[in-house]
Amino acid sequence: MSLFQTAVAALMFVLSLSLGAAVWRLLRGPSIPDRTTALDLIVNHIVGLVAMFVIISGQVVLIDVVIVISVLGFLGTVAIARFIEVGRS
Amino acid sequence: MTLLEIVTLILLAIGVFFIAVSAVGLVRLPDLYTRVHAAGKAGTLGIVGVLMGVGVYYITSLSVVVKMVAVIGFFFLTAPVAAHMIDRAAFLTGVKPVEGTRPNELAGRYDPETRRLS
Repeated sequence: MSLFQTAVAALMFVLSLSLGAAVWRLLRGPSIPDRTTALDLIVNHIVGLVAMFVIISGQVVLIDVVIVISVLGFLGTVAIARFIEVGRS
Repeated sequence: MTLLEIVTLILLAIGVFFIAVSAVGLVRLPDLYTRVHAAGKAGTLGIVGVLMGVGVYYITSLSVVVKMVAVIGFFFLTAPVAAHMIDRAAFLTGVKPVEGTRPNELAGRYDPETRRLS
């Protein structure tokens, strides 16, 4: 691996540690909206990791994965928030 | 390293820094509303930094740049909507803000039946 790829891999490592912090909030969060927020941030982490993996591996096709994951994350967050608000009757 | 790779690394580092700050805020802040604030603003800025890094790295490929601009626009449009929906659902179901939140101007102003401001 070149120096550039090593540096990007180091950034991916830092992002993985930060992902662990978000997962801690997902497991611990006192209320369901806390967990939903953590899930939203976890989707952001995964989008960032996939985007940096595109640079490391050179597989430009994986850009579409970024688009799909971001749309799915938004729809999931909206669905859970909607369920919390009106879905308990 | 070429100049393009250096610029890419700087943008990626800015993005990773802000996402990490957002995760730290999610762990350490005291109540739900401040946590949504951390995840909704710093997280969005960070992910936009990372995506701009990818777009700069593939600056010669038009399709990648267009897709990255589209995803950045999508994040800027949807992140405030998602954060507001979570906050609204939490407030309507009675999640309390941290002790000492004042003024709490929304307290008692939502009609619990119609879920609209009275």
